[in-house]
Amino acid sequence: MRVALFITCVNDTLFPGTGKAVVSLLRRLGCEVDFPAAQTCCGQMHVNTGYREEGVRLARHFTEVFSGYDAVVAPSGSCAAMVREQYPKLVRPGSRGAAAIGEVAPKVYELSEFLIDVLKVEDVGAYFPHRVTYHPTCHSLRGLRLGDRPARLLSHVRGLELVPLPAAEECCGFGGTFAVKNPAVSAAMGADKVRNVLGTGAEVLCAADNSCLMHIGGTLNRQKAGVRIMHLAEILATTEATG
Amino acid sequence: MSGTFLGMPGNFPKNAEKAVQDSQLRFNLRKATHTIRGKRASVVDELPDWQELRAAGKAIKDETLRHLDRYLVQLEDAVTGAGGHVHWARDAAEANRIVTGLVKATGESEVVKVKSMATQEIGLNEALAEHGITAYETDLAELIVQLGDDFPSHILVPAIHRNRAEIREIFLDKMAETPEGLTDEPAALAEAARLHLRERFLRSKVAISGANFMVAETGTLVVLESEGNGRMCLTLPETLISVVGIEKLLPSWRDLEVFLQLLPRSSTGERMNPYTSMWTGATEGQDFHLVLLDNGRTDVLADEVGRQALRCIRCSACLNVCPVYERAGGHAYGSVYPGPIGAILTPQLRGMGSELDASLPYASSLCGACYDVCPVAIDIPEVLVDLRAKAPHGRAERAGMRVAGWVLGNEVRLAKAQRLATRFRKLVPRRLPGPLSAWTDTRDLPEIPEESFRDWWERHERP
Repeated sequence: MRVALFITCVNDTLFPGTGKAVVSLLRRLGCEVDFPAAQTCCGQMHVNTGYREEGVRLARHFTEVFSGYDAVVAPSGSCAAMVREQYPKLVRPGSRGAAAIGEVAPKVYELSEFLIDVLKVEDVGAYFPHRVTYHPTCHSLRGLRLGDRPARLLSHVRGLELVPLPAAEECCGFGGTFAVKNPAVSAAMGADKVRNVLGTGAEVLCAADNSCLMHIGGTLNRQKAGVRIMHLAEILATTEATG
Repeated sequence: MSGTFLGMPGNFPKNAEKAVQDSQLRFNLRKATHTIRGKRASVVDELPDWQELRAAGKAIKDETLRHLDRYLVQLEDAVTGAGGHVHWARDAAEANRIVTGLVKATGESEVVKVKSMATQEIGLNEALAEHGITAYETDLAELIVQLGDDFPSHILVPAIHRNRAEIREIFLDKMAETPEGLTDEPAALAEAARLHLRERFLRSKVAISGANFMVAETGTLVVLESEGNGRMCLTLPETLISVVGIEKLLPSWRDLEVFLQLLPRSSTGERMNPYTSMWTGATEGQDFHLVLLDNGRTDVLADEVGRQALRCIRCSACLNVCPVYERAGGHAYGSVYPGPIGAILTPQLRGMGSELDASLPYASSLCGACYDVCPVAIDIPEVLVDLRAKAPHGRAERAGMRVAGWVLGNEVRLAKAQRLATRFRKLVPRRLPGPLSAWTDTRDLPEIPEESFRDWWERHERP
């Protein structure tokens, strides 16, 4: 299967480790991974902040870059939801743009969807002997409806103790530019999320979105809370051999 | 007399910043919203056909809005045929003028009121006061707000920001006839309010209400409530004036079947509300006037994306699940319509000319919890994003977004920007200057890696 990695601009720039983890994980599961170098950003920040023109330009670029692949895998629920849920609303129904989006968008998968729905695998052979709690992130939960897919993947990781996160379904307060446009409410939401994370006694907070983790992790770090953040892909990529 | 929100200064982020520091407010809101949220979830989850009901509610409202012109005339005919008088009000000023004139014609200087969002939206109490007419709110929570010289902060529970101890203080301070030794027990507070209100019900000759629904087919108006105070107002006085937004219409009597299930379960978290009052035209011995209010609604109807906000049945489920509302409180929205629905309704009804109204579409993290619970499936995040595209943008932000769009528009430019960030990564300060300080005030920045993913791929993987 010819799989294109859609790294997302945030992961590309700030969290390259997540991208490397996806590559090693997918190869371990027998996929041929390609990284279309012309990719940049899905345009979510622009569209959701009210800059539709720039956003549409980036969406057009995305559909050109990723057309022709069997599957496009993104280590981000939010960016995958942007392409699948929001792209169709950016174009006039019946237009050429709509046709291009209709061709590419259904092939875009968030990582856990790709593993469970396409590769039909739940046990990816990972080993991670740590106490972990999982934050489902809004666009994964209510946008893509990932449900328990990430938890099923984590439940098969050897050595991993998964502790439920209280009020997991509540937004962490990141919300893209919301974090800087409404900093007080964003921080208040982050404080409550952090309180719930610390209550689990976990050493690792895991999610399928590094942007949310950047916000929660930034708050944890500021508090010297001693909990580290890890993307789902990084845990799933870890084996006894790689440690 | 509670004030009016119109012309309120400031903006949402500034208002919210004050609210998040108010520990009492945060405690009251957390407790109240989580309680109603839980009750709603339990009575919604017990219905196997909730999603079908929700789809039916959406479909009925959409059908009504598509042919609103026709249904409104049908309603007018039915109400008039049943002995009522129908008045049409283009905006708040016209509605206030009509109602003031009707009250004046009775020669009365006091009116009792049923809880109503439409009359709050138009500032009716203040308009009546200007003409020497005193309006008494009879819904318990509205009474608390009115006595406390306060603003409502929730659609269903206007005094949600107050706890029992605060309500007791307000009663002791503002009610002439409070019983001695008043405690903050809910039953004691309700009894004090009952004593206070009972006398007004018996004395008042004019009542003003809104309505949850109007049935075009029969000309029937419907009010759902919990306390029975509304029914007192609707039945006792000689003159009843109802001010209702034109979108509150339903085509037929049968449609109530859907909405009388959707509303109480979404709103108070009850299977059925305690009181449902229905009346058609003028009942014996009563004069009935219906004031149909536009006040911006036809403009909303003209907007292809935004018009779905007119499906709203004012249940407040979106407020009770909203993480932003829970922390900012209702007053931060500067409107009688707070929370997620307010963030899409207020800018559409009032426009985005003021700093406050222009900030409302951004008062959301787009988490989508509101859309999930909405009984008429209003895609609030979709409308928010659409309004953001229409909102005025600050010059600095616009420039920043344009540069970001240019850098992200092409992989060569993006790679150059990434290499620049990588080279100077050790020089990034712990606290960022300017608007970006909003991030670093409460959060550490992630460390910039030695190499972007694309550069790593280029070095390792490129054949």
